[in-house]
Amino acid sequence: MTDQLSLASIGEPLARLDGAAKVQGLAPYAFEQPVDDPVYLHPVQATVAKGRVTSIDTERAQALEGVVAVLTHENAPRLADTSDRELAVLQSDEVAFRGQLVGAVLAETSEIARHAASLVRVTYDEQPHDVLLSSDSDRFYTPDKVNPSFPTDTDDGDVEAALASAQVRVDATYTTPTEHNNPMEPHTSIAIWDPHGEHTLTLYDSTQGVHSVRKALAPVLGLDKSDVRVVSPYVGGGFGSKGTPHAHNVLVALAAQRSEGRPAKLALTRQQMFALAGYRTPTIQHVRLGADDQGRLTAIAHDVDEQTATIKEFAEQTAVATRMMYAAPNRRTSHRLAALDVPVPSWMRAPGETPGMFGPEVAMDELAEACGLDPIELRVRNDPDRHPGDGKPWSSRRLVDCLREGATRFGWVDRRPPGKRREGEWLVGVGVASSTYPGMAIPGSEALVRFEGGRYTVAIGAADIGTGTWTTLTQIAADALGCPTEAVNLQIGDTNLPTASVEGGSSGMSSWGSTVVAAARAFREEHGTDPAEGDQTQAGMPKNPDADTFAIHSFGAQFAEVRVHAYTGEIRASRMLGVFSAGRIINPSTARSQFIGGMTMGLSMALHEQSVRDPRFGHIVNHDFAEYHIATNADVMDMEATWLDESDPHANPMGSRGIGEIGIVGAAAAVANAAYNATGVRVRDLPITADRFVAALPPTPG
Amino acid sequence: MMPFEYEQAQDPAGAVATVTGRPGAAFLAGGTNLVDHLKLGIAGPDLLVDVSRLPLDAVEPTPDGGVRIGTNVRNSDLAAHPLVREQYPVLTQALLAGASGQLRNAATTGGNLLQRTRCVYFQDVTTPCNKREPGAGCSAIDGYNRYHAVLGASEHCVAVHPSDMAVAMTALGADVVVLGAAGERTVPLIDLHRLPGDSPGRDTILEHGELITAVQLPPLPMARRSTYHKVRDRASYAFALVSVAAALDLDGDTVRDVRIALGGVAHKPWRASRAEEMLRGATAGEEAFVAAAEAELEAARTLSENGFKVPMARNTMVAVLRRLAGITGDAS
Repeated sequence: MTDQLSLASIGEPLARLDGAAKVQGLAPYAFEQPVDDPVYLHPVQATVAKGRVTSIDTERAQALEGVVAVLTHENAPRLADTSDRELAVLQSDEVAFRGQLVGAVLAETSEIARHAASLVRVTYDEQPHDVLLSSDSDRFYTPDKVNPSFPTDTDDGDVEAALASAQVRVDATYTTPTEHNNPMEPHTSIAIWDPHGEHTLTLYDSTQGVHSVRKALAPVLGLDKSDVRVVSPYVGGGFGSKGTPHAHNVLVALAAQRSEGRPAKLALTRQQMFALAGYRTPTIQHVRLGADDQGRLTAIAHDVDEQTATIKEFAEQTAVATRMMYAAPNRRTSHRLAALDVPVPSWMRAPGETPGMFGPEVAMDELAEACGLDPIELRVRNDPDRHPGDGKPWSSRRLVDCLREGATRFGWVDRRPPGKRREGEWLVGVGVASSTYPGMAIPGSEALVRFEGGRYTVAIGAADIGTGTWTTLTQIAADALGCPTEAVNLQIGDTNLPTASVEGGSSGMSSWGSTVVAAARAFREEHGTDPAEGDQTQAGMPKNPDADTFAIHSFGAQFAEVRVHAYTGEIRASRMLGVFSAGRIINPSTARSQFIGGMTMGLSMALHEQSVRDPRFGHIVNHDFAEYHIATNADVMDMEATWLDESDPHANPMGSRGIGEIGIVGAAAAVANAAYNATGVRVRDLPITADRFVAALPPTPG
Repeated sequence: MMPFEYEQAQDPAGAVATVTGRPGAAFLAGGTNLVDHLKLGIAGPDLLVDVSRLPLDAVEPTPDGGVRIGTNVRNSDLAAHPLVREQYPVLTQALLAGASGQLRNAATTGGNLLQRTRCVYFQDVTTPCNKREPGAGCSAIDGYNRYHAVLGASEHCVAVHPSDMAVAMTALGADVVVLGAAGERTVPLIDLHRLPGDSPGRDTILEHGELITAVQLPPLPMARRSTYHKVRDRASYAFALVSVAAALDLDGDTVRDVRIALGGVAHKPWRASRAEEMLRGATAGEEAFVAAAEAELEAARTLSENGFKVPMARNTMVAVLRRLAGITGDAS
């Protein structure tokens, strides 16, 4: 068990410490960092999905007044390491996906740069391409592992035999589309190249981890880590797309080498983000469940087809949650990847769990109906005592408590059979799904505590992407030091601060919090409770003694009420409730935002989000916010999140397990299950749109 | 963005003269569509004549009992205007179903009518589009055409007109007042927008340099009982899959008069004249509504991804007419 903190500020709804600066416009985001005499960069993107650049005519662009330079693969500075081909920007004539960077214009204003970029004429030797994920693709292979390092396939017991002899079976295919992270703040960077300065490269970046950007970019650019400084105090969302550097980061660094000391500024347009900043792979999920007539699972099979790029592998761990979710003696999971002529997929909020809990959680709803069981009761009957894969005890598994608490709060008892509840022109139904996310911590972070001016400076190169780190890490530091939050001066978002892990995998608060607690305790050990001015101590994240002993996961229950218009098929989620078991909640105010934000993104996934890749051209054609639909305020009607009052002493000294992602997991399945309950029409392909119902609804319903 | 000149119009006639005399000139009003086009490279005018500050922003009753709407009346203001809310609720509802609050505050009446299709291929200069570049080919016919036309389309273009406001105005039988170099003319709104035919590049019958100065709504007492239903993929800020503007006048159970227009189905706001004809004199009820809707849609031609629009348009017409007829609850 970890040595638990005694609590004073933790658990209090402290208002965001950065809130006032943000609403006053005083918090500088990457593109707003004040720099002198910058040049502006506008990319030129490939208009073929596969081929080679045969010529680039930059004459008209260069002739334009205010153009500083036009970068192409013919004149761009050489990179030291091109092994990561996503980051090998302008190093060859090869085009591996439509929208790839094939050039860029540096100019005195962003308008001139954009105009000049439109004047660059690129010709190609175009080759046949394949950008479409389908189960009969000839591009499939089996990756060595799935993100980040899970076995690709598992096979326990005899699934086929168990399915063959099961009294009740579900066998269905579920699909989720390509989705884009689309943080509100686009991907932006300012690069300053100064070989004679303290840092050769200073990068103001919108990122989920300054240290991870530095670590990835330094070798690409042939620099020592110490030659690179990355600064990112405020970030307007990332959802995983800012978890690793992308091509634009390299482009801006190349441009800065060509701008004679002037800072180079780049803000991707929304359209450019659809090709250059990562996305969630589409998935095709074949789910088979076998059960006895009491609803006890005898077999689970979850076989996933998904995509990656030809230039770099990203293998979404879609079926991994299935390995721990329910008890069944026979279990099989698999992943196949099709390497297509597309941009590189990447992390998007709860990679793996988000798509991977859609298929199986809808299948569980189908199984409940096939068994004549309430879907909550079905899940209760299959709740495993120990991790079904490795047999480890749970640090805490309170899925059943979440389901029961949610059922009471939501009024689950009023649920009617499919298609039997109508209010005016609307068919109304309710649905439920489980949620889960692992409690993770990433080793390697360090924190410095220094006493100065009567306050404690707590420094760690962590990130706040809108999640509340400024506030919650201050609360943790205050409790670890035994001082009020006002006595803590937190510093984050700069590689000049001690190294910190990326804000990803819901691991930020666990990793950095554990680190700050260790540093605070070491500080007190070394300097006592009455330190002298300038006393300081640095410490790293200690190993969690329980991490290998226990299966550490969060759980949740997602409830949705859905209304489908009996004539038009329009679908709206009129009520959503999430009940979560996520360990100790550091700050109920920021936590609520995280949960509700995740659920909103799950609602959006259920009903709206879909990146449409045109197979002829190879790019996403609905690449703006008018056409790529994200839930609007009007779509988020009555949404509530709550959590069990608990602490997980096996997770970390705070007793917390991380909450950034669990809110999205299972939400789409709950909505889909509610839509079925409303209409009797089972939709297994996201997003669930009006056209799925309209043909099934007679013009004279009733 | 291409560089361009900008000037503020001093009066309507001057603006018309300037634009008429310069092939590369364009009018700028609210800018909610044209400015996007400048950024995306869809439009490259060499001169913008800003007409947004011309004093054409009144909503006034006309002597015959109708309403005249100045071209520069903002969508938000028009939606909120008491005359519109009382006499033409369908128009208020349609306006409020369009775009977002911010856009409605900027968008003007004339500009709303003249906004261009949101077909994704039209809006992307890297893909062929006959509307943007005649003869280039239509990418939508065999592409992403979920939002595209089922009525009145051609082999050259299957785009739809995106306006909600125009659908309501079409149902109301509005006229458009147009100022050209040769003077003023009045065009029925139903004739303003074209079907694509073999020249999809032209959205309307307007000549270069002609400026919409006003929209006139005729007196239409039956419009007090009117409504707009927009079916869309999310509850706000989404273009219509299908929309229906309708007004119904009943004499007992008998339809004395009816107005129906459809949005999201054609290159122009679609007046459902065939359905109207069938309904006039008929007994209001589910049966007549379904028959009329199906008759209107008989000519529908669907593409790979928009076949749902036919039952959706039928059902939406039926739902709206039921509501206007005061039929509630399940049909038996």
